[in-house]
Amino acid sequence: MNFTLKIWRQKDAKSHGAFETYKVSDISPDTSFLEMMDILNNNLIHEGKEPVAFDHDCREGICGMCSLHINGHAHGPEQAVTTCQIYMRKFRDGQTIVIEPWRSAAFPVIKDLVVDRGAYDKILQAGGFVSVRTNSVPDGNAIPIPKKDADESMDAAACVGCGACAATCKNGSAMLFVAARVSSLAKLPQGRVEGARRAKAMVAKMDELGFGNCTNTGACQAECPKSISIAHIARLNREFLSAKFED
Amino acid sequence: MSCFLTNSSLGKKLVMSVTGCFLVLFILFHMSMNITLLFSPEAYNMVCEFLGANWYALVGTVILVAGIAIHFIYALMLTVDNYRARGKQRYAVTVKEKGVEWASKNMLLLGWIIIGGLALHLIHFWSKMQLVEIMGSHYFTPEIDGTATVINPANGALLVAYTFSKWYNVLIYILWLAALWFHLTHGVWSMFQSVGWANDTWYPRLKCIAKIVATLVLLGFAVVLILMYLNSGDIIAQMSHWVPEA
Ligand code: HEM
Ligand code: SF4
Ligand code: FES
Repeated sequence: MNFTLKIWRQKDAKSHGAFETYKVSDISPDTSFLEMMDILNNNLIHEGKEPVAFDHDCREGICGMCSLHINGHAHGPEQAVTTCQIYMRKFRDGQTIVIEPWRSAAFPVIKDLVVDRGAYDKILQAGGFVSVRTNSVPDGNAIPIPKKDADESMDAAACVGCGACAATCKNGSAMLFVAARVSSLAKLPQGRVEGARRAKAMVAKMDELGFGNCTNTGACQAECPKSISIAHIARLNREFLSAKFED
Repeated sequence: MSCFLTNSSLGKKLVMSVTGCFLVLFILFHMSMNITLLFSPEAYNMVCEFLGANWYALVGTVILVAGIAIHFIYALMLTVDNYRARGKQRYAVTVKEKGVEWASKNMLLLGWIIIGGLALHLIHFWSKMQLVEIMGSHYFTPEIDGTATVINPANGALLVAYTFSKWYNVLIYILWLAALWFHLTHGVWSMFQSVGWANDTWYPRLKCIAKIVATLVLLGFAVVLILMYLNSGDIIAQMSHWVPEA
């Protein structure tokens, strides 16, 4: 398969970037999207040009490191998968593919397609944890948790922190990410204890870092590679408002 | 307490939701008053008299204005924040994400249309009814069929029939109602989400309720408009000589 790629190139955080057009040819349909990028970079290196910088790590959909806004979609045109999980057979032969970095004021571009997603780490540090004194490991069945709660918690815990939610949202809101983290802990007895403090601290951090206000468009859940539901946002709203009214 | 309603994103959304809910309730109340016109212009005038320039109607007006003002100011505040959060550099390619409704991304635009329609509406009715009573009597005297006719501020039915005897007013109001329909199809379920009263089971139900409420509002107002347009001659003839009971 052959493709025309329009890729955002930007030297560093301070420079102005622009789109550059590249051609790749003889790509097998079973090549993954990131392998296609590797082939492009290999060609560029052979031509003595600067390869395209992009983020990736596990390449199996679990680390959340890959990003890329591909033809208008965070993580490409397929639903419920990360960029590293899409294959070139999903595209038409000869298609032009536009590849952009995440665009959000809180995620500045560092180079080419790489953005700084440190803001999500800062939100996590503000409250996305459980404080425990660890003694020896307790019996696994010592704390019974209803299956429904465990399932909901696990659904939320599937969030890989990739940033697609804020990158997709027209308001640059990080609500889906914050909601997933608050919700996954709020549903478990160990996390419940610090629920109120966690919701307040994480929302305050999110606001401070310049993320926008959610207006319930639902674009985040459509683009989230882990299909996190906005029902978790409803739970975050509940957690936060009840914590505030208890103050 | 007072601060999270102004400085936290979720606090601001709570204000948006509560004022939005209040406006929806007001709109339903206003619609049910208009419906009386379908049965009897005299009954409608009784409602107008009841809601003239007396203390409870004035208190209601002040609360209503505050509700609209707060909803509007918060809408602008949220939008400015969100514009900044989106950043200066925009995507070259954007799409409509799966399941995302147009109205949800255009609430502010729809709100501006609603505000525009509201201004016109106040000129058409409020300035000739409650305002006249507040200011003392400067009756509105339009020319109807070439003769200047005095419209008493309590003669709401005549004013309505006069206003909607003109086709362009009917058209403008219907466009206004259409914007409100879109605003409500998103707003009515969104206000539940913003306070956290929603989950995956309830989304389809809430969205259905939102469409029903929006459509009810659209039809409830539009029916009155259209019937007024069609019957304006008869009602003007019937109500021209109406005087309020002493
Ligand atoms: C004055 C002009 C208006 C403007 C500029 C405006 C604007 C907005 C905006 C920007 C939102 C944000 C959407 C969100 O945060 O989810 C919103 C929500 C809403 N609006 Fe309006 N609106 C106006 C008038 C009205 C009126 C007249 C009604 C009722 C009949 C109304 C009902 C609602 C509702 C129910 C919501 C949902 C609240 C929420 O999502 O939390 N709005 N409006
Ligand atoms: S909620 Fe979804 S889109 Fe947002 S960071 Fe987590 S996995 Fe990525
Ligand atoms: S590279 Fe790890 S999720 Fe894509």
